[in-house]
Amino acid sequence: MSDSNASMLKKGQSAQITDINIDEIPLKLIEMGCLPGNDIELIQIAPMGDPLFFNVNDSKVAIRIKTARAIYISLESIK
Amino acid sequence: MTPKIIKVALIGNPNVGKTSVFNQLTGLNQQVGNYPGITVDKKTGISKLNQITKAKIIDLPGTYSLNANSIDENVVIELLLNKNDEDFPDVAVVVTEVENLKRNLLLFTQIKDLEIPTLLVINMSDRMKQKGIELDIPLLETALKTKIALISSRKNIGIDTIKELIINYKKLSTEPCLNASSIDEEYFNRLRKAFPNQLLYKLWLVITQDVNFLNLQRNEIENTFTRSHTELKKLQQKETIKRYQFINDTLKVAQKIDKTKATDFQSRLDNILTHKVFGYLIFFGVLMLIFQSIFDWSSIPMDFIDTTFSKLSALTKDNLPQGKFTDLLSDGIIPGIGGIVIFIPQIAFLFLFISVLEESGYMSRVVFLMDKIMRKFGLSGKSIVPLISGTACAIPAIMSTRNIENWKERLITILITPFITCSARLPVYAILISLIIPEKRFLGFSLQGLTLMALYLLAFVVAIASAYILNKLLKLKCKSYFVVEMPSYKVPMFKNVALNVLEKTKAFVTGAGKIILAISIVLWFLGSHGSSNFDNAEKIIAEKNTNSRLEKGVFENQVSAYKLENSYMGIMGKTIEPVIKPLGYDWKIGIAVVSSFAAREVFVGTLATIYSVGNQSDEESTIKMKMAEDIDANGNRIFNFATGISLLLFYAFAMQCVSTLAIVKKETNSWKWPIIQLVFMSGFAYVVALIAYQTLK
Ligand SMILES: Nc1nc2c(ncn2[C@@H]2O[C@H](COP(=O)(O)OP(=O)(O)OP(=O)(O)O)[C@@H](O)[C@H]2O)c(=O)[nH]1
Ligand SMILES: [Mg+2]
Repeated sequence: MSDSNASMLKKGQSAQITDINIDEIPLKLIEMGCLPGNDIELIQIAPMGDPLFFNVNDSKVAIRIKTARAIYISLESIK
Repeated sequence: MTPKIIKVALIGNPNVGKTSVFNQLTGLNQQVGNYPGITVDKKTGISKLNQITKAKIIDLPGTYSLNANSIDENVVIELLLNKNDEDFPDVAVVVTEVENLKRNLLLFTQIKDLEIPTLLVINMSDRMKQKGIELDIPLLETALKTKIALISSRKNIGIDTIKELIINYKKLSTEPCLNASSIDEEYFNRLRKAFPNQLLYKLWLVITQDVNFLNLQRNEIENTFTRSHTELKKLQQKETIKRYQFINDTLKVAQKIDKTKATDFQSRLDNILTHKVFGYLIFFGVLMLIFQSIFDWSSIPMDFIDTTFSKLSALTKDNLPQGKFTDLLSDGIIPGIGGIVIFIPQIAFLFLFISVLEESGYMSRVVFLMDKIMRKFGLSGKSIVPLISGTACAIPAIMSTRNIENWKERLITILITPFITCSARLPVYAILISLIIPEKRFLGFSLQGLTLMALYLLAFVVAIASAYILNKLLKLKCKSYFVVEMPSYKVPMFKNVALNVLEKTKAFVTGAGKIILAISIVLWFLGSHGSSNFDNAEKIIAEKNTNSRLEKGVFENQVSAYKLENSYMGIMGKTIEPVIKPLGYDWKIGIAVVSSFAAREVFVGTLATIYSVGNQSDEESTIKMKMAEDIDANGNRIFNFATGISLLLFYAFAMQCVSTLAIVKKETNSWKWPIIQLVFMSGFAYVVALIAYQTLK
């Protein structure tokens, strides 16, 4: 399991999801397409650094940083 | 041929336009909004498909999948899994929209597995060009094994296609579009063997959810087929991945998106509206605009309504034959209804703003902006929606907490929402403020307006402080999830907003109107009947004044005041007087306060009734003038500054709304929370009002 997760992305960057910690990720997010193999892009950061606004698999969604840490990404794929 | 009614369920993700389609099909006007979770309960309506065929259309709350996450989503599963439900559909219409097709189709593939005739509606086709989206419909129809209607409910395109497809629903395929059981062949084969007569996917849903259906012995399934919780979750995840693979593969060939067209303007808007500084400034500006409209702009129509109703009252008195009925009408019913009608302008403004905020997509941005701050108080960013709409009415506000995932955050939001100044408090505040605060300006602001503003802020501070305390007191452990969809910005559709405002204002007025009508009639009766002293009032007053000859008018006023005191209403008021005296209230106010425990807005109507019954002068003075003129035995004004402030504070904090208590009971599933609210809020109100009156008097 890689240590890089979606909370480390900078605004405007996107990467491929490698794995998710299903105990921390609500099913609803998985159903929106937050799954290994799909892309995740950080669109906005809320003024106090939390929550984060992502585009996952073409769904626009805001989640808390704690949840974003449970979405693992591959560093090589960061664009 | 006998007319047949086809049962149709509209199913789809939140915010795809199900209710808009429903409204188009049925000609009804259910509420629509660009914020997920507008529809929270199922609604039905009839649609005429052609000369002979009708359909019963069922609008359902949005759901992301058949795996139930929340109460609203349960509604959908329970309907689809229960063949005996009277609304069990002949045909499932899955509504999706062009921009989020990928995600929308997940639910579609699940519904297909239930082997009900299913057709696919792709909505919002009007946005395709602007977003650079192209779809190959025939290809999609083959891959998804269904018929597709590409429509725009906003532009009213394609609704007839849906009707036609529904009429011919028997031709729709009931075959699943992918084989989800391949994620664990061995497990599903065993399951199939054990229950050969049951649909595999239904069994799977029973195992993974807490729904009960099929009249199957749950235990039977559980004993042989349950796996550990994490194992099931893993399997569910696998299932979802499998479905997405299928969808991605299908869309790769059937959908083209020109990315350059897509998000430019939207993301620039987001850069401003969720900016560290501008974001909050804009939000604050929006709030100020709302308050300005309530406090300032609405006063013009309100003054007009006020004088119209007192004229109407005088007119009835002058033109109808004298008697009990005329009294009831002119003293009870008309002032009572007037007390409600007067705040239509304010409510309409509130609903207008809330509706525009929801329709434009801005509401989700506010949720995003506020989450971190709200969390410090044990609330969620999503609590901002009930807190704002609570300024209109606590009932829809409490219902809108349903999309808060975390139970503790949701419970705290439910508990504090009734503190927020709802529109029912407005008429009470308006009349009291105009009685005790001079019509002066301070630094260019109206003093009366500032007082009203202060009351709103105070209520908000108390609400937030209570949240903070509750957060520390409540020991609930639950996983804190927070997922907010950020819909794309849309220009609010005038028709939706107007209908929304109209519907809600109407519902409010008729709802409150009924209570007020009933209470005014009861109060009028209690006020115009009484003990033997009441019946002999003329004689008693005449005897008292044998020495001094009174003028006719003064005599009549003394008689009616004496009558009121000795009426049943007066007797009741006097009985409770000791309890409310320390707060600075006389028995008349006491009656108004007690009757407002049904609903706050009754206060003004009650005082209107009391002051009309007790006042024989038939010149058209408004209720406010009558209240201002009222004096006690020592010649002091009843509605003086100290009493006024004490009343304002009492109404700010007391839990005086039966309907709110009922909805809290429903949403929390126990009497415990509404009772705690009633006792705590009203006790707190009593203490605050007591302190205020005793220090100010
Ligand atoms: N551009 C466009 N917008 C649409 C169309 N149909 C609906 N909308 C908008 O989409 C938003 C959501 O519509 P609703 O009908 O409330 O959606 P819903 O699926 O009932 O939503 P929930 O009840 O929250 O699940 C509203 O802002 C509508 O005005 C359409 O054909 N084109
Ligand atoms: Mg709806």
